Amino acid sequence: MTVEDLKGIFKVAVEGEDLTREVTGIFCCDLLSVAMGKAPSDSAWVTVMGNVNTIAVATLADVACVILAEGAQPDDMCRSRARQQGVTVLATEEPIFEAALKVHKLLHG
Amino acid sequence: MTPANITGMAVIKGLDVIAVTDHNSCKNCPAVLAAAREYGILAIPGMEINTSEEVHAVCLFEELEAAMEFDSYVYDRLIPFPNKEEIFGRQLIYNDQDQICGTVPNLLINAADISFEGLWELVRSYGGVMFPAHVDKTANSLIANLGFIPPDSRFKTAEVKDLTKLHGLKKTDPYLEKCRIISNSDAHYLEHIHEPKLTLEVKEKSIRGVLAALAGE
Repeated sequence: MTVEDLKGIFKVAVEGEDLTREVTGIFCCDLLSVAMGKAPSDSAWVTVMGNVNTIAVATLADVACVILAEGAQPDDMCRSRARQQGVTVLATEEPIFEAALKVHKLLHG
Repeated sequence: MTPANITGMAVIKGLDVIAVTDHNSCKNCPAVLAAAREYGILAIPGMEINTSEEVHAVCLFEELEAAMEFDSYVYDRLIPFPNKEEIFGRQLIYNDQDQICGTVPNLLINAADISFEGLWELVRSYGGVMFPAHVDKTANSLIANLGFIPPDSRFKTAEVKDLTKLHGLKKTDPYLEKCRIISNSDAHYLEHIHEPKLTLEVKEKSIRGVLAALAGE
């Protein structure tokens, strides 16, 4: 499954540079200090934290994309950093668990 | 942003007082205070701490020495995760000649292993004052990260980024009724430093005077 496939089930807040990127897992966490050390690379990271540091952590952890749940929106700094770093940011009104479950179903059928 | 151009810009804007509050660091305070002395503006040593709950709070100190001791205390409790300059930017330290004299190795934006609970007392023990920053924001704010203001809190000032949200915030969090509400520029870039559009009434124009006002004294 690729980031492109997730565009069908979530809104696109920022389109990153590589939509063909493979998504191999899911990671849920809101504390950036935890995500920084624990988010697996190539995962879809589901969080409500839509600030500039989210993108920095996403880049550092090399996740495939960020999914903002619960209607969280990236702020302006977050958007511009995401564009700059080529990170795809998706958004949904759904809670974190439901959003992650949707990705899980796509991944594992 | 360098200590000299921050203080220089503050003087051009006609500000009376500035505080420099890097994330989890006071290491540029000596340079800023030196530049402020040159320019004849009042500068308060401070830090924007990122607590273990990832709540941002501004800590201001009366004495530079105490601020630097607090800096060491916080740095020792940061996750020892090295900064990656290409992602998070450089963490430069300036000297009083406005020259780079060092860099901070560990990532400063990380959370410190210091809880918001007890932070007021901790900062007081260093002769300082603490107030939660941008409580109206949806990330890294006291209200967003903890869900509500802990009723046993002791801080006397709260900072709001968008003052139009204040009325609604007070309704959901009556603790704010007891607080002095301030709004600051939270400038991360030189051009974001505010004009002198908001004021704080103090008994004397000194660091002590500003801290007393923020401590509700």
